[in-house]
Amino acid sequence: MYGRKVKLRFLFILVILITLIVTTFLILKSLRENVVYFQSPSEIKLLTEIDKSKIRIGGMVKKNSISINSNEVSFIISDFKNEINVTYSGALPNLFAEEKGVVAEGFLKDRNFFSATKILAKHDENYMPPEVKEALGEK
Amino acid sequence: MFKLFEPNKIFKITSTAPKYVLFLFIIVLSIGLVEALVISPEDYKQSDAVRIMYVHVPAAWISLGIFSSITFFSICGFVFRNKNFFLISKSLASSGLVFNIVALVTGSIWGKPTWGTWWAWDARITSMLILALFYLMYLIVWRIYDKEEKVYKISTFVTILGIINVPIIKYSVDWWNTLHQPASINILSKSSIHSSMLYPLLLMTAAFALFSLLIFLMKYNTELIKIKNKGLDRL
Repeated sequence: MYGRKVKLRFLFILVILITLIVTTFLILKSLRENVVYFQSPSEIKLLTEIDKSKIRIGGMVKKNSISINSNEVSFIISDFKNEINVTYSGALPNLFAEEKGVVAEGFLKDRNFFSATKILAKHDENYMPPEVKEALGEK
Repeated sequence: MFKLFEPNKIFKITSTAPKYVLFLFIIVLSIGLVEALVISPEDYKQSDAVRIMYVHVPAAWISLGIFSSITFFSICGFVFRNKNFFLISKSLASSGLVFNIVALVTGSIWGKPTWGTWWAWDARITSMLILALFYLMYLIVWRIYDKEEKVYKISTFVTILGIINVPIIKYSVDWWNTLHQPASINILSKSSIHSSMLYPLLLMTAAFALFSLLIFLMKYNTELIKIKNKGLDRL
């Protein structure tokens, strides 16, 4: 149906595409650690040595774990398997709340304690009006 | 096969269609804006900040869609040696870049009150920025080379490089931990966005798509006029 040249050009594009996809896949796979925005408490537990540089930890704020004394906030980040204690002093974002996603940026003291220099609230993918949320809560 | 692309026929369409598209765009946009800004409820958690989503998400979708189309048409142009496809790509590109920037800026405005930061180097946001750079590269290629043959080849190559990024943007939120939330709208499973928020979102998407179509038709029309004026240069 098509000429030989057309087929060859199509093949050429196809080969370029496949090459690029494989290359990108391999690059991203090897760079995984740098691509992730934060690590989970479980990943922190698996660390062999504690890095002194700035890292980010993300997960859920554990229920009833927030305590505010004078100018320091402490809470627990959990991924439902492991937990990590976080201390922080500074302004909290509006959406920071119990049982909601959070990303803390700062330094690890040891495998269980983290001192944050910045707190970001992570929003989840649920969008609904307040009435629907109340109705869901009653169930 | 390409009888459809007879210049005179398309020219008739591209020169008359914009006014109808503009009319439709204004109607859909006004309904969409009223729905999104007034009628739709506020979110249980982020309250009125959710309204930014009605611009942010459609803009991101459209910019991804346009880049995919540009790639498709460029490859068609390259494989079938048809100049017309390249002109379609060229006419599409600029509105794609605009929507890409709109998505980045509105995302940043939304991020400050909800996340607590204007910008985060997470996978979704960074890959979206890279897409904007590919759009820029594509548009610059059309300006810096005088020889058309060269433009066609290099611009096709840029789109092929850039298209790898599109699935990365789509799945970045699933593959890696990102600050950006995962997709709320799934075709196969139940969406996690309430229907009262979904309809304004879809309306705004339709409005943005119509806007892109309008800009495309106008730009494409200009390209056809240029060819007509040259006289010698046939499609």
